[in-house]
Amino acid sequence: MAAALQVVAVLAGAPLVMGGMRQVRARLEGRAGGGIGQPYRDLRKLLRKQQITPQGTTVVFALAPAVAAGSTLLIAAIVPLIALGSPLDSAADLFGVVGLLFLGTVALTLAALDTGTAFGGMGSSREITIAALVEPTILLAVFALSIPAHSANLAAIVSAAMQNPGQVFSPGSVLAFVALVIVTLAETGRLPVDNPSTHLEVTMIHPAMVLEYAGPKLAVVEWASGMRLTVLLALLANLFLPWGVAATDPSALGVLLGLAAITVKVAVLASVLAAGEVFIAKLRLFRVPELLAGSFLLALLAVTASSFLATTTQ
Amino acid sequence: MTEATYTGALDLAAGAFLLTAVLIVWRRELSAIVRLLAWQGAALAVLPIIEGIYQREPAPIVVGVVVLLLRAVVLPILLARAVGTEDQERRESTPLVNTTASLLITAGLTVLAYAVTQPIIALDRSPTTRALPAVFAVILIAVFVMVSRRRALSQAVGFLMLDNSITATAFLITAGVPLIVELGASLDVLFAVFVLGLLTSHMRVAFGGTDLDQLRELRD
Repeated sequence: MAAALQVVAVLAGAPLVMGGMRQVRARLEGRAGGGIGQPYRDLRKLLRKQQITPQGTTVVFALAPAVAAGSTLLIAAIVPLIALGSPLDSAADLFGVVGLLFLGTVALTLAALDTGTAFGGMGSSREITIAALVEPTILLAVFALSIPAHSANLAAIVSAAMQNPGQVFSPGSVLAFVALVIVTLAETGRLPVDNPSTHLEVTMIHPAMVLEYAGPKLAVVEWASGMRLTVLLALLANLFLPWGVAATDPSALGVLLGLAAITVKVAVLASVLAAGEVFIAKLRLFRVPELLAGSFLLALLAVTASSFLATTTQ
Repeated sequence: MTEATYTGALDLAAGAFLLTAVLIVWRRELSAIVRLLAWQGAALAVLPIIEGIYQREPAPIVVGVVVLLLRAVVLPILLARAVGTEDQERRESTPLVNTTASLLITAGLTVLAYAVTQPIIALDRSPTTRALPAVFAVILIAVFVMVSRRRALSQAVGFLMLDNSITATAFLITAGVPLIVELGASLDVLFAVFVLGLLTSHMRVAFGGTDLDQLRELRD
């Protein structure tokens, strides 16, 4: 039940997260903003539009939005957001989650190549460059997190962090947190890696890939990218601050508490992220590998620090 | 102070020490590098202070306070004054090794430090020797910074990092240096920085820049 609720909450909450982040940014920049509900209205508008398929595109183009949205929803179902012990617990491995994330990225990249336009190719080449640099960092950070829990299972990591709250402030986990924040920004296409609100040809990465989509398909792509951001923020919050996550076989009250806790955590994280974005500019594309190499190094330090802390406790 | 908090604080200080070294490799702005060096000095000073509080001895605390004053306050101020005011002097010119490669080399050096300190840790498994690899990595990183940077000032920062890390190694391995030795070493470093600062400003007056790569040939 909790897993189904998680999927529904991510589906319904993703536009809210996007709208909230845009609103925080708009207010801090001195604009009125479109309101928190604006993404819902955008999605409704897009869903009502006529379906247009560019000439010469194949089934890859038609399926990619569904694959991207589906893989994100599957992640939402298996990660412990509201309660531990989802039905897919045996598959709830951090490495599996990373693979699913990458599946969505690859689907959109292939779709962009399928259109055969210049922008599509450019966007997908950039996206894959960044993804290739992000992957080793995520894997290392995951490795660092799984050392104290002695398992890469997400539920095991979260419950280990719940039993031992002080471990969150150990050097290894702080470094892993910073590294994971940087790769989350890169993976979801936020500043300083990509600017989500621009359509300027020379700088865009994600918007360049989905340029050929229109109508309901564009709605699904936008929705999927919102859900991706929501799920990753929620996962980040729960890996490091697992307060309020209900136990296996939770009561209705536990589920409600878990839902409230994760809503508050995501809202706070998203607002902080949006407020931080006001103060930074997008990095030049050639400087992005520098940032990602830095996060890789932080993840490596996290692994070394937590492995030698683990020997201390023995 | 309990054993657990002592170990935790020691690990945190050593981690911060290593982190500042990594950030110094990452950043190019000279003023930011100098600020990071001040933080590194503070992390270094925490080591003997924790030790003193844990052992209930006043001498390490005095050493820590002296180190804090010198390395987190005096030296950074001296270096910050030596940072030029002209635009081209504020940033590190293109390093010999680009930043991405330097960060990866730093990662390699850190792993190397963990590998080579294993025998030393095996000698005595106390919390202080376990923090040794982090500090030893900073020695290697400092040497790397000294050979890969072009500006006189960033090479001076590399030198000070090297000195910081050697001092930290001494604190961790020998559980504190006698006060008089520490004072002597500190005075040495202070004078070295004075001389480096003077030299930098003279170089700027004489040649209009401190890029050491342009100072390789003798000219009439």
